[in-house]
Formats: sequence, structure tokens, C-alpha cells
Amino acid sequence: MTIAEVGRPRLRKEDAHLITGRSRYTDNMTLPGMLHLAMVRSPFAHAKITSIDTSAAKSSPGVVAVLTGADVAAEQGSLPNVWPVTTEQKAPAFPSIAVDEVAFAGEVVACIVARSAAAARDAVELVDVSYDELPVVLDLEEAFTDKVLAHSNLDSNLSATWVFDSGEAGTGKPIAEALANAEVLIERTFYQQRLIPAFMEPRSIVVDPTSEQITMWSSTQIPHILRLILALTLGLPESKLRVIAPDVGGGFGGKLTVIPEEFITLMAARRVGKPCKYTETRSESLQSGHHGRAQVQKVKLAATKDGIVTGLDIQLLADMGAYLGIIGSGIPILGAFMYNAIYKFPAYRLECSNVFTNKAWTGAYRGAGRPEATFAIERLMDELAVDLGMDPLELRKKNWINHEEFPFTTVTGLEYDSGNYEAATAKALELFGYDELRAEQARRREANDPVQLGIGISTFTEMCGLAPSRVLGALSYAAGGWEHAQVRVLPTGNIEVVTGTSPHGQGHETAWSQLVADKLGVPFENVEVLHGDTQISQRGLDTYGSRSLAVGGMAVLAAADKVIEKAKVLAAHMMEASEEDIEFTDGKFSVKGTDQSTAFGEVAFAAFSAHNLPDGFEPNLDSDATFDPQSFSFPHGTHLAAMEVDTETGQVTIRKYVCVDDVGVVVNPLIVEGQVHGGLAQGIAQALYEEAVHDDAGTLVTGSFVDYLVPSAPDLPHFTTARTETPSTTNQLGAKGVGEAGTIASTPAIVNGVLDAVRHLGVKDIKMPCTPARVWAALEEAKTTGGVQ
Amino acid sequence: MIPSAFDYAAPATVAEALGVLADAGDDVKLLAGGQSLIPVMKLRLADPAMVVDLGRIGELSGVRDDGDALLIGAMTTHHEIVTDPLIAEHVPLLAMAAATVADPQVRHRGTFGGALVHADPAGDMPAPVLAADATFILAGLDGERRVAAADFFQGYFTTAVDDGEILTHIRVPKYTGWGARYEKFTRVAQQWSIVAVAAMVRVEGGTIAEARIGLTNMASTPLRATAVEQALVGAPLTREAIATASAHAGEGTDPASDLNGDAAYRRHLAEVLTKRAVIVAAGL
Repeated sequence: MTIAEVGRPRLRKEDAHLITGRSRYTDNMTLPGMLHLAMVRSPFAHAKITSIDTSAAKSSPGVVAVLTGADVAAEQGSLPNVWPVTTEQKAPAFPSIAVDEVAFAGEVVACIVARSAAAARDAVELVDVSYDELPVVLDLEEAFTDKVLAHSNLDSNLSATWVFDSGEAGTGKPIAEALANAEVLIERTFYQQRLIPAFMEPRSIVVDPTSEQITMWSSTQIPHILRLILALTLGLPESKLRVIAPDVGGGFGGKLTVIPEEFITLMAARRVGKPCKYTETRSESLQSGHHGRAQVQKVKLAATKDGIVTGLDIQLLADMGAYLGIIGSGIPILGAFMYNAIYKFPAYRLECSNVFTNKAWTGAYRGAGRPEATFAIERLMDELAVDLGMDPLELRKKNWINHEEFPFTTVTGLEYDSGNYEAATAKALELFGYDELRAEQARRREANDPVQLGIGISTFTEMCGLAPSRVLGALSYAAGGWEHAQVRVLPTGNIEVVTGTSPHGQGHETAWSQLVADKLGVPFENVEVLHGDTQISQRGLDTYGSRSLAVGGMAVLAAADKVIEKAKVLAAHMMEASEEDIEFTDGKFSVKGTDQSTAFGEVAFAAFSAHNLPDGFEPNLDSDATFDPQSFSFPHGTHLAAMEVDTETGQVTIRKYVCVDDVGVVVNPLIVEGQVHGGLAQGIAQALYEEAVHDDAGTLVTGSFVDYLVPSAPDLPHFTTARTETPSTTNQLGAKGVGEAGTIASTPAIVNGVLDAVRHLGVKDIKMPCTPARVWAALEEAKTTGGVQ
Repeated sequence: MIPSAFDYAAPATVAEALGVLADAGDDVKLLAGGQSLIPVMKLRLADPAMVVDLGRIGELSGVRDDGDALLIGAMTTHHEIVTDPLIAEHVPLLAMAAATVADPQVRHRGTFGGALVHADPAGDMPAPVLAADATFILAGLDGERRVAAADFFQGYFTTAVDDGEILTHIRVPKYTGWGARYEKFTRVAQQWSIVAVAAMVRVEGGTIAEARIGLTNMASTPLRATAVEQALVGAPLTREAIATASAHAGEGTDPASDLNGDAAYRRHLAEVLTKRAVIVAAGL
């Protein structure tokens, strides 16, 4: 028996070329005669464009063309939103290049096409744009009042109001009753600050228009979706477009989008008839790429005095920014089904208002709706525990779904496939040393130690494996959620796997190789995974929402299954046996009850040579499969954070972080570990470090990494990670998803820990990020008022 | 991230550099390690017509013993400051501060003199140099001029270096045997100081005999915490006495308010960090 590949911590196939500088990022592309683009961007967050004088720029050395919104108005169309969350949803037109009005600082108003990047950049300063400034609305709650409008041609900032009510949906009791009869009612307002995805590779686009088929290279998560949207928006035949996502340096949802610059580069290249490249600067990336989170959550939790939660009511404001991005409107909806988390709440209502402001548009950012939901409920469970004087873990146990109750249909109507919250929590407690840390916390409080200790808990679950197509349809999302794969058997028995997923750091080349190596009994090294090119991978729905393994990986397995079925027919013919008697194990076809066998490679070659095939047998073993999951998968875990707060400075330090994640069956533990670490870093970043801050005029103050503080290795602790493994029941492998788990779980664990450290000093809440200045201010405020809200 | 076009010269000697400067007009920048100037030019916040690169002038690098002081070349890198044995023996405060500058890549390119002439209020090298009462040696066409640290830092990114002058060396008196500590407060590891305190203390017979305290980012220039220094002299070696003296750290300061904290928070931090720096420097 060969060693099973699934479950093996293989080093990633992708890394050798990445870490030795042999990468092929879009910006590495150089084509003959290629021209370079630079964007002229609005310095104002809201203004009428009264005139644009491009004459000086046009006569600048090396400049080939200057495009304004007026120049491309007839062809550019509007960037689409594909997720109308209500039939009445309102959205302003979203032109790639603004024509009459700009609605956020950083919006493109003109594009320079020049012979060098330097010439393009020089000419940016020569474009003379006159603006009439309009009032700006930046604060989400203020925008909701409509006192100032983000767009002068809309009569309200409200895009849509989406409601879920368990009483009306028939999935639970009415919330009004639960609130009215509540023995205990916890009310809070939580602020999900605006974050910036901050992927390492800035976005970059190259378009080659010089042949019949136009080719676009783009640093995107979604080459397939991008091709479709480009075709639909610009009226080009889809068949004349090829989109390639080469090496892509991270996305985190920030590249799950179509961007104006993709359209502009395509339009410019077609106009000048030459290849064009645009690569954004880091500042442009931070300023005008889409942002994430940006919600205000007004929450009410009803419970009995014994700590049984009886209802949850959420009033959500979601900041869309100036425009609706491709799926920006749906992000809060992805969270809407997860506020009940791991708990058995009988009544639930959520009302979400999507609101426009004069800031960059928002979209998916790692977790996309689920971190916000998880933060709210995990903060609330801690608040309820404090109110009732209960241990926060005991309170959670009272309300969570017990492992024997799966599959469990929740108050939002989702069926949770599997889980074992008891096991994950028990393991986490053991690794953490919960009782010892509680004892130390008591000692520090007693001694009035300047450094106080807090314990933060987050018992999370999330919804992975986007998605069953019919569920997406029911939510008015325009596309499906299937995934496609092809397994090609080469004459030597080597395998090419074509996947519709589009990895940008996830390691699909490694993991898919492991899946196929096990399935077909071929060596890991003999499997090549192809992706990210619409010409090679004709069908796919790309990578986001922790879907790739649970959906795309299953398509790979299904295609490999078909290969085996085909090969069995040929093997039976070769060994003159009946098909029913053929068994396939360890890469060998054998005849039951005999010592006759033939290797996979021999069958592959026989299919290729085609000299002796059964009648009607096509001369290849290649197989396609498309997998559409019947349901989501629901990974979960217990995260515990020991937080030290220096009460003299407000500085917060993570003393210990333990997480036990259950992501179902694991293909590559090393990749899973890496995903957990990266996810934790981004969740911790929201809790402690990152925030997109604008000044009163709407200019992004955190416009570089000097001010937008992304934590790096020295700022993060050693993570103690472990796993429990409860297989998913919604796919053949039992895999769930891990891409977002760490981010979703860690933010509330950290903030709960910070508050647990200082609550006894009178602090009741601290807005994220919990900066030293904010923590210190909260402590000072508590000293003078006896507590702040 | 493409700068405007500029002319470039790389003279081999100070004399040659002064000649180039004299001919270049007033729209000229000196390039030392480039760790501040290059980013600022790439962001087009500066677009000098000419850049004079000092990187080939060997006489500007290195640390030498100069009797009662060390003579440090302006082009000596932060990394060299961190690892130099003379500095470790006589002014370890400089090494401690330089070790907190940015990251290893920046410390290998960025220079001591460049950081001082850049005079970023949040930069880590000015406060220790001020606390140490260093002397700045400036070369000009008319000869050499010496400026005391107290007169060198004049405002935000502004120093006593005149057009046409080059900072060649910094003469730092020896504080052999003094305790030292650079206490830097940041939110992430690779960040400019929100506030930092540079402290040197000489302990004699169970009391503090002398103290020198410099404050980073508590005004548009580095400051001496003179009230704290005075209060420390003669103080007993106790945490309480040090805390009492450190309560004066905010006096005479004028810190900015920004995303990392307002002026009141910075004054508070100055007190806490001064206390902590002096406690370590005094060996408590």
C-alpha cells in the first residue's frame, strides 16, 4: 500500500518558483510595443466635473492618448452589480471613467496612455480637471438620515433594505414575542470599521488586442467571471476574450471584483491597437480598491435568567461606499444567516440597510459578512455572561447545538452538516490552561497589577463551500455555485488536472495533486494542475468563500472517478475479463480472484494507441465533471486568547492564542496550518490594528502602509493550533473549508479578551481597532465616570 | 511610484560635492541612504531638480575615537551604529535607538547623518543625539562650522544645515559607564515612534548623580526633558523617586495629535516611558 496523499503535509509545489523570484505576476509581463497606462484620479470625494483640459498632457513627451469619461461614454457602460438583494434595489451608474460626477476620492477621471510608465505618470500632472465640489457624506449613520446625498441624481442614500424574520420565514418564532418576554435583554451597538484587503501584489492588468482574440492578464481571483462581465458590459463576444490570471499575489476578496481599471485598460488597448499595461501603486490600491466590513450593528439579545437565549434582533447598516461593487450588496446577506452561529436560538430577525457614502465601494473581504456576524454574537454572549454572572463558556454550552443533534436546521433555515463543539472546546481548554489563567487573572486583579489579564473566547462556525446554485438563485445572486474540473490522462499515464478554481496563494496545485494521486494511484509528482486561464480551463467559477476544496476539489474527484470508470472498461477488455470483475486499487486494475493485473499507465497507453479498444470506446480516458453541492459545509472551532493590557499605556499584547479548528477532513495539514495562521493575523488586525480612516473631506488618511497598520510577524504571537476532525456530510471527501476560519474566529476572541482584562475597572466597550490610545482613553473615562459605553 | 525626472551627481570627495552643490542652484537634495528621500520622491512629495549622491564619499563613513568623544561619519549606517564596539562601550544609547529603526534592510541602507538631517520629529536618532549633547560638523565652501545639538534641530524636517553645506561628522561625547535605555512606544514593530524616551543615567553611591533625557516626537523637534533631569539629580535609586521625577516629562512639550493618539495621550506616554527608561538605565 502506498502512503496516502490525503492528510500528508506536503510542501507546496507552487513555492519553489515563487520564493526564487521566478514568478509570473501580471506586472512581469512585457509584450512587444506595449504601452503604459496611468490614471488621473479625483482628489475630491464628491464633485461635479465641469471641464477637463487634456491638451498639455497629450503633447507631453511619449504620450499616445488621453481618455476621459466623455471619450468612452458610448462604450464603457456601467460596472455591474450581480447581486440585487431586493427587487427595488437602487444603484447609481458606475462608469469606469467618471463622466459628470465623482463620488469618492480616487475615482478615475482620465487615463494616460504613453510609451513608458514614467511618461504616463508625468502626464498625469498635466491633465487639468475643474471640479465644483459637492457636499460629502462619509459617516454611515449620517448617510442613513439622507441629510446629505452621496449622489446628486439619487433621492436617497438607501440602496436596499433586506429583511429576514424567522417568524415570517417559518424557520422559528417571531422576534417581537421573544423581545417582549425577555427576562434579560442585552442591547449593544457594534462598529465594524472599514478595512482594506491589502493584498501583497497590487492589481495589475495587461491587455493584448493585437489578434482576433483579445487577451487580458489580470491579477484577479475570478478570471472566468471577469471574462463574462467584460463581454456583457462592453458588448464584446465572450468567445473573443481570453482572460488569464497568472501568479496572483493574494486577494482576500479584494480581487473578487471587477475593477474600472480592467475596463479602462481593455478600452485603451482596443483604441490604440497595441498591448497596454496598468499597474497600480500601493497608494492607489489602498485608496481605490474596494474596502471591506464597514457596518454598524444595533443588536438585541433576549434570554432567560438561566442563560437560555430566546431571541436575537439585528438592525444592520452596511456601507456600500459610493457604488455597488459586483457583489457588495450581498456581503451583509452572507453574514445574515450566521448571526445565530453555533446556537439554538428560537427567534431571529435581521434588517439590513445598504447605504451609499462618498467613500470607495465595499466588497468581499476575507470572511465577507461572516466575521461581522460572528463578532456580534460572540461579543453578545460574553456580555450576557457578565450580566448573568456566569462563566462565558458555561453560557455557550447551555445554548450550543450538541454534537448528537446534527444535522441541525437553524433558525435561519440552514442545515448544519456536522460538528462537535464539545470536542473542539475541550481540546482548546486543555491546550490553553484555562483554569490556571483564570487564577492568574484573579491574582493580578487582587494586586492591582499595572498589567491586567483577560481571557477572550470565540466559539465560531461559518458557512463554507459557496455554494449550492439553487440557494444562490433563491438569494437573487446572478450566477451559480458549481465548479468544474477536467482530468486529462496523458499517454504516459501522467495526469493534467484542469480546475475552474483560481488559486492566488491557496496551494491548489499541491492539494489537487494529492487528491488525484490518491484517487488514480499515480505519483504526486506526475500530476500537473492547470488553472487561471479561460482558454485552458473553459468553465469555472473561481476562488472565494472557502469554496475551492469543498466544491472545486469535489469536481476534481468526480472527474477522476469517471476516469477510473472509463479505464475499467478498457482494462477489462485488455485482460479479457468482465467489467464487473475489475477492481482498481493502488494504481492497478486487477481481475477479482486472479493474479491478473494491469497498471494504470498501461491502460492509459492502450487508450492512446487505440490499437485494441472495445467497440465504441473513444480513444482517451479524459473526463470532465461539474459539481454542484447540495448544501454548504460548516466548519467550526474554539479560539481562546489570553490578552494582557498595560493599563499605564493602553498597550495590548497577546500572551497566548489557542485555536482548535474543525474543518472536516484535511487534505494537506501544512496548507491548513498556513491558512489558519494567515487568517488569525487578519482577524487580529481588525481587532487591534487596521482601520481605513478618512478626513472630513473624504480623503483617505491611511493611504499608505505608514498609517494603515498591517501587523507583521513580530507583532503576532506564537499560535497554538490544533484540530478536531468531524467530516462534512455534504461532499464525498468530508472536507469543509479553512480559508476564512481564522479571520472569522479571532476578532471577537481578541476583543472579548481585552474587555475581560479591564471590565472590572469600569470599561464596558472599546471600538475596534483597540489601539493603545483608545484603551487608555477608555480606562481614563472609566476612572472619571465609573464606566463608558 | 515613479519620481519626476532629476539630474544626478555622485562626487567622490566632500570638496567635490561642495562644488557640485554650489553649481546646482537651490533645488537640490543630498542623497545619503535614501530611506526617506527616495520614498518621498516616488510619492512626488519632493521633486528636486538635482540629487547629489554622497554614497561614494568614503571619508564620511565610520566611527573613530576622538579623545573625550567619538567622531561618527554622517554616512555611517544604522547597522554600523548598532554593531560598533566603540559605540557599545561609550554611548550605547545610540546603538539602542538605532536598533529600533525600521527593519534590517532599512538599517543597512539608512544612515546616521541622513536621519539627523532629515529631522523627522518621530525619527529615533535625534533625541539620543540631543540628550548626548553632540556637536554637528558641517562642511561648506567657506570651511567647517560646528553646531551644538541644542541649536541643530530647528523645526519639522528643518535643521541648521544651510544650502550648500554638508553634514560630515557628528562628535558625540563619551558617557562611559553611564546606564542607558531607549524606550520606544509603537503599535507595530516597524513603525515610527509614537513617543520615545532616550535616557542616560550616572549612578553614584546609591543616588542618581546625573541624568540626560531626550524625548522623541513630543514636539516638532526632539526635546530635552530638563525638568525631569533636574528632578532626578540626587534622587534615591527607587522606583517611586524616579516616577515622581518622570511626572515632569510632559512639561514644555508640544506634541502633535494624529491617528496614533492625541497630545494628552502623548504627554501621558512621555511620563510613563520616561519612568520606564530611567528605571532600566539606572539598573533597577
